[in-house]
Formats: sequence, C-alpha cells, structure tokens
Amino acid sequence: MAAREVAIGFTLNGRPASARVETHHNLVDLLRRFDLFGARESCGQGMCGCCTALVDGVAVSGCLTLALLVDGKSIETVEGLDAGGNLGVVQQAFIDEGAFQCGFCTPGFVLMTCDLLKRNRDPSDAEIRDHLAGNLCRCAAYPEILRAVKAAARRMR
Amino acid sequence: MTVERTMPAGQVGRSVKRLEARKKVSGRAEYVHNIVAPGMLHVKVLRGVHAHARIKSIDTSAAKAMPGVFAVFTGEDIRALVAEPYFGPAFHDQPALALDKVRHFGEPVAAVVAEDPYVAAEAARAIACEYEELEAVLDEVEAMTSPVIVHEVLKPAGMFPDLKHLQGKRHTNIALDYQLRRGDVDAAFAAADHVFEHEFHTQQVMHTPLEPMVSLAIPDGDNLTIHTASQSPSFVRIEIARLLGWPENRVRVKVPHLGGGFGAKLYIKLEALVAFLALLTRRPVKWSLTMEEQFYTITKHASTFRVKSAVTNDGRVTGRRCEVFWNGGAYADIGPRVTQKSGFTAPGPYDIENVSIDSYALYTNRPPAGALRGFGIPQLVWAYESHTDMIARGLGIDPLEFRRKNILREGRPQATGTKLRDAEISGVLEKLAERLEWSKPFDRGTGTIRRGRGIAVGFKASIAPTTSMAIVNIGGDGSATLSMSTVDMGQGSDTAMAQIAAEVLNLETEKIRVVHPDTDTTPYDMATLGSRSTFHMGHAVLRAAEHARAQLAEMAASLGTPDGSNYSFADLFKKKYGMQAGNVVGVGSFIPDYASPARGTGLSDNITPFWMVGGTGVEVEVDTETGRFDVLRMINAADLGRPLNPAIVETQLSGGALMQYGFTRFEEMTFDNGVLLNPSFADYKIPGFNDIPRDIENHIVEARQKSGPFGAKGVGESATFGVSPAIANAIHDAVGVRLTSLPITPEAVFNALRAMEKE
Repeated sequence: MAAREVAIGFTLNGRPASARVETHHNLVDLLRRFDLFGARESCGQGMCGCCTALVDGVAVSGCLTLALLVDGKSIETVEGLDAGGNLGVVQQAFIDEGAFQCGFCTPGFVLMTCDLLKRNRDPSDAEIRDHLAGNLCRCAAYPEILRAVKAAARRMR
Repeated sequence: MTVERTMPAGQVGRSVKRLEARKKVSGRAEYVHNIVAPGMLHVKVLRGVHAHARIKSIDTSAAKAMPGVFAVFTGEDIRALVAEPYFGPAFHDQPALALDKVRHFGEPVAAVVAEDPYVAAEAARAIACEYEELEAVLDEVEAMTSPVIVHEVLKPAGMFPDLKHLQGKRHTNIALDYQLRRGDVDAAFAAADHVFEHEFHTQQVMHTPLEPMVSLAIPDGDNLTIHTASQSPSFVRIEIARLLGWPENRVRVKVPHLGGGFGAKLYIKLEALVAFLALLTRRPVKWSLTMEEQFYTITKHASTFRVKSAVTNDGRVTGRRCEVFWNGGAYADIGPRVTQKSGFTAPGPYDIENVSIDSYALYTNRPPAGALRGFGIPQLVWAYESHTDMIARGLGIDPLEFRRKNILREGRPQATGTKLRDAEISGVLEKLAERLEWSKPFDRGTGTIRRGRGIAVGFKASIAPTTSMAIVNIGGDGSATLSMSTVDMGQGSDTAMAQIAAEVLNLETEKIRVVHPDTDTTPYDMATLGSRSTFHMGHAVLRAAEHARAQLAEMAASLGTPDGSNYSFADLFKKKYGMQAGNVVGVGSFIPDYASPARGTGLSDNITPFWMVGGTGVEVEVDTETGRFDVLRMINAADLGRPLNPAIVETQLSGGALMQYGFTRFEEMTFDNGVLLNPSFADYKIPGFNDIPRDIENHIVEARQKSGPFGAKGVGESATFGVSPAIANAIHDAVGVRLTSLPITPEAVFNALRAMEKE
C-alpha cells in the first residue's frame, strides 16, 4: 500500500494537537492515537452513530470522516464533556434515567443530545426522535433515552 | 471496639444505578476494542464466496509479497500446529480456517497478519483461492432428506450425554433428533372433535451487537493471555487448552465490558484463530470483525414448525404433535442444545395430556446459527401462540378465554412431566388482559384503517445443570471485592450481583468492587447466557458472601466480641492483625438439581430449576389499502420472581421486547443460492428511534421464585417471547388475514389482504 503521510494540526477537546496521518485514515483511527476510545467504529457505514464526534461544532460520523479533513479544525469528543471532573447535564440525565445498557452507543447518543439541546431548548418527543434517528442502540434503551433527553432539557432551561 | 450502626436493609430490591454508569456516559468504559498490546499484529481474513465448495488451491504469494505483511496463513498452516483444529461446544466440527471445503458463504479461508490493519485488509484481497463449487443445501426441511451432506462424519464434543449416540454417524445432516412422547397422541387425535394443523416459519437474523466481535491473544512464554469480547470466559479457557493440549492454567482469558452480546459472543468464536496465530507468529494478534463479518459468524436459527392439535367441542386441547426443524447452518455451535432445551417446551404453556415432539437440529450450508436471546423460544412461541389463536377463532371462542381454559397452572405437569412451580403463566396472561381492557369495547376503526388486538404468552426453562462460582474478598479496611466470571454485557449483572453481596454483608452496593472475568483470578462460571446469572451466579454470590460473613463472625467471637453485637469489619482486622491488614475470603458455588430427559421419551421430573414466563399484548392499526401497520400500544409482562433491581429489570423487559420487535417486523438475512445479500446496516435494518411503538408499558408480575436468591430469577429473555405472535394475532383481529412467516412486513400484509379478497 503506497502510504502518504500528511501532517495535520487541530484542536482536540480544547487543546492544540498534531499528528501525521495517512490519507486513508479516518477520524476514529486518529482519535485512538490520543487514547480516546469513546468514538468507536461499529457499522463502518455512518448508519449507527457510535463513532460520533463534533468537528467545528458539527456532528459527524468519525468512520466516514477522513482524518486529514480535520486539519485546522476543532474536534470535540465525549471525553471532553466532563472536563474538570464534573459530568455534563446530559451525561447525568442519562445516568439518572438509566438510558443505556451495554454503553457502546452511549457516547454517540450523548453527543447528539448535546447537539440537539444547543439548537432547541425544548424539543418535542418527535423532534428528539428525529434528531436521534441516526443513532442505533441494539439494547433498545430508546424509552429511557427519550426520558433522559427530556430531563436534560428541563435541567438546562 | 466501636459498634457501628448497621446499614438500612434493602440493597436488594433497590434501583441502584449501574456501577459503571459514569464510565459509560463519558466514553471511558473498557472494551476489548480499546486494548493495544506492544508489537500487536492485526488479522484480516479472506472469506469464501460459495455456500458449499471444495478448495482446490490457495495462492498467497501476492499477499505475502506486499510491503508491511508479516505473514499469511491457511488452514493447512493451522493443521501443522494443531492436528485436530476443530472447535465447538456441542460438536468439534468448526476449523479456525477452512480445511478442504467451505461450508457456508463468508467462511474464513486464509488469514493475513500485519501491523497495519489496512495493509492486512488489502493483502487479504490479494489472496487467490480456486474452488470447485458443490451443490448446497439451504432449507432446514430439505436438509432432513437431501443427498447433499454438510459434514462427512458427526463429531460430538462429548460434553452432552444426549449427543453421544451421534458419534461417527455418516450420511446425515441431523445434528440432534430430540423426541418427547407423553400419553397417547394417536388416541387423542382419533377421539378429537376438531383437528387443527398449521405450519410456521421464522427467518434467519443476526444479533448485531454494536461492538463487533473482537479477540486479542498475547503469547507469554509458555502461557497465552486472551482478551476477548466473550460471554463465556471459562469455556474459552477450557476449549483453547483442549485444542492446544495444555493444562487450563496456561491459558488466561480476560473480559472487560461487552458492547452487547445477546448470545453472539458465546462459547468460542474468534478466540481459536487468534490463539493459533499468536503461537505461530509469537506476537500479540488482534482480530476485530467488521459489522459485515458478524453476519457470517453466528446467527439466529431459521425454523419450520409443524403443529397439530386435537381439540374438544368445548375448547379443551387434548393432544398436540409438534415437529420443529432448526436451520443450524454449517457448524453446530450450540444449535443442538437449542433443539433440545427449547424443543421440550414446543407444545406451549398449556395443560395437554397427550404430547409428541420431534425437534431436529440440522446442518445446512448457511452461516452458523446458535443462541440468540431466547434460545429458540421466540421461534416456538411465534408458532404455538399463533396456532392457539387460530384454534380459538376456528371454534368461535374468545382467544383469551381459550387460553384461560387450557393454560398450565401451578402444580400441573408440563410436557416433560415436570410439575410447574413458581411460574405465573396465568398471572402474566391476566396482566396483559387487564392492561388491554380486553373485556371492554374496542374501537376497531372504519374504512381502510382498521384496528385489532393480540395477546401471546410463552415460557422457557433455564439451562441446567450448570455451575457458577464466586469469591467475596473482604480487605483489612472492611471493603469488599466480588470476583466472578459473569460478563456484564449491558444486562447489569455487576450491579445486581453487588447488590446481593451488599445485602448479605450489610454494606452499601455502590461500595462493592466487582472484578471482571479474568480466569487467573475469577472462578469458573459456565457462561453468561439463558438468563441464568441472576439465579445461578446469584446463589454463588450469596453463598460466598455468607461464607465471608460467617468467618467474620467467627473472628469476632474469637476476639471476644459479645454475641449479637454490631462490629465494623475494619476494627476486627485491626484487632486481630494489629494494623490494617489481612483478608477474609468467602467462596460460594452453586449447581441446581436436574434430571436429564430420558432418551426416547424425553421425559424428566425435574427438567429445570425455574421457569421464565413472559407475554406481550399489542394494539395495531392496519391500512387495508397498503398493508402498512403501526403498533399503537405494546404491553410486556413477565414473571421474574422478585426484581433485584426494578429499574434495570424494566430496561431488560423493554429492550428484549424491542429486539424481538425488529425480528418480527423487518430484520431478515436474505440469500441468493446461499450468498448473503444484505450483511450491513445499509441493507439490514435494526430498530431505530422512529421504528418502535410510541406507547410501551412493562409490567413485573408479582411473584417469588422460592428457590431463587432473594426470590429472584432470570429476566433477560422473557419479554421476547410473546412479541411476534401478539402482532400477528392483532393483525388477524384487525383485518382477518393470518401471517405464518416472519418477518411481518407491510408487503406481506398487503399480499395476504389481496389474496383474501380473491378468495
């Protein structure tokens, strides 16, 4: 495989970072090198949301985002949400409502919920379902997730 | 010595938050997928492209020549290391890499190892394999008589006594023929006022745990450590040791959290190949499947169920004949257990005097089938609860009344002859009826939009006889550590088992540390499957905690503490050892009583340590023009004894029901001549937020499993039982068409409606 390495620089959870990446590496590969495993590849097709990360505030599928495309951008991952040791409101709401089982999809749901509540402080059930329709949970904790999103929205208002 | 106030009782029965909750919401829970070992190589495999073919040649030269490739291996390289490299829990039939033949589409044929997984994947594509294609057998009923034979000779593993008679058998695809005969079925049919006979089908589906299967083997001198996403670390250790001819203590198996299991990660899967490759390369070797590859690895049995009932004019079922054919795919995995363990409940939770069951495990040229949340029970309930409604409708009796008339009640013998104990079958049925307000008028819709209701109940025996062991270690400061090989794959076993230990030791659950499976330190457990952990491991933990408590009480007495006084564990240790030092180690083990079914009759007076009971009621709305339907309400109810953790139990009920909901409505592996057409989430849809009923209720029916730890029993599968037939029954109630094959798609409903109009 003829690999070509490219040097990139970016902001990772608020801190400057740099890496040399090959052109076929994706964002999940890149994050693993920083010991960030919260965005994780599952379906590999952008269908499940397990690899969700925010790039310049926009939620992306890490498995479909080439690492070199984040050059100069700001990346936020689930590990950035409890900076300072305190859980974010959404994370706490997920715990309080028991909104997960195996936890593999949870970082994706948490990030997408943060993304939703940034734009919409009082989402309806339908708006919550639509916003989270790109995230899959095989344990099917959907009723609990719905409750958690509503609880988080209440606490943030 | 200071006397401490005891903790308020009630660790058991409290909705304790999952102990690992914080790690999971912050992305820091440990999964095998996170683990990196120094010098690690990644595996990618080339997979066979035919359902059945002889391997003529494999050319690995181009792959080997690629820069970055460490090595390339075929089945013959494995055979040079291990003369008989066949594994499996029921049959030793599965090679780590294909030998001589491929028996299903997607079977691993050759493996590349490289430091860069992308290089390994590229090189795997450069391997050239030539095949001579063979005729394949794909259907489970055809496999009974087909001239196409999947395995030349049957090789039972020897673990299960009822498979021994198959040793060395040739010219057959039948990997188990379980029979049950009770009463006189022929006489019942001869005397029957009515005879009803129907055939039902279920499709092949996949568990799709979102954490795809992954294993990492690390060689260490004479030993081997395997980090694996497995539900059965003890079995992996025993099976790898057997394959290598090593003592168990040279194989160490470690399991962190699992990103879902559902039965996919049981027994032995990727572990054999990574173990072999680690020994061949003397490097750590990691194999991470893609979502696509999971579909070739293990699935849920497709099935055909022929059921025939003798019924009296007043609606009593007097005889039932069941023939069940399980499509086990190319390797038996645990299919023969499904065939027997589920087979004996095939007549359903009904009080039927005369019963005949034939349940067949069949080899075919499809990807292997094994355990999937319910272990065959959802396939059976689908058939017998549809059949139950069809009989009731045929006789003009209300389906609920018909069930009440025939339901199996406490103390009455089930098909095997085992008397029903602590199983609230009628409690579950009545809860569903109450919540659906069955006896009240119901808005049945008008015009092209019609509504209907359906109900279904099922039951399942627990897996027996199986063993669990646990260790509770009290440290010098009085803190407690629980070591066990139960795998927390999301069901909450860490938390529930800590609750049991905490209750016994009078500690706070949140303060108990749970050590994840590590066969070097955590004791044996048969596996995390079949909703067995709460009961089996629950008892072992209870005994281990009691053992620790008894030793602490002895220590207190020997130190002169007055009988009956409260004392802190820390003070005991300090008094005894003069400082914060020492341990008390409590051990506990549990194996329930069990009587294996007699060969020929299939009867047993003690077939299970407990029964799981679950049911579902639904209201549906059907568009008669398009066949589109919505489930407006879904009510799930189960008897799980006393809930150890009500909040986690509820997520188990709704999660189980929603998983089966996907299998009911749209999930289906589709094949063209044995070639799988949809092994990806782009083509194989699992339920998402917009695919599930808006209105879901879950009910814990009040009950107590008297033989269970604190009155509890398993719950992980119970809510799957009734979902499919409840929906089919409701569709029939709404529009009068009967679906007998899963999945029930709008297209299937549409076709059935148009066919009915033609009649």
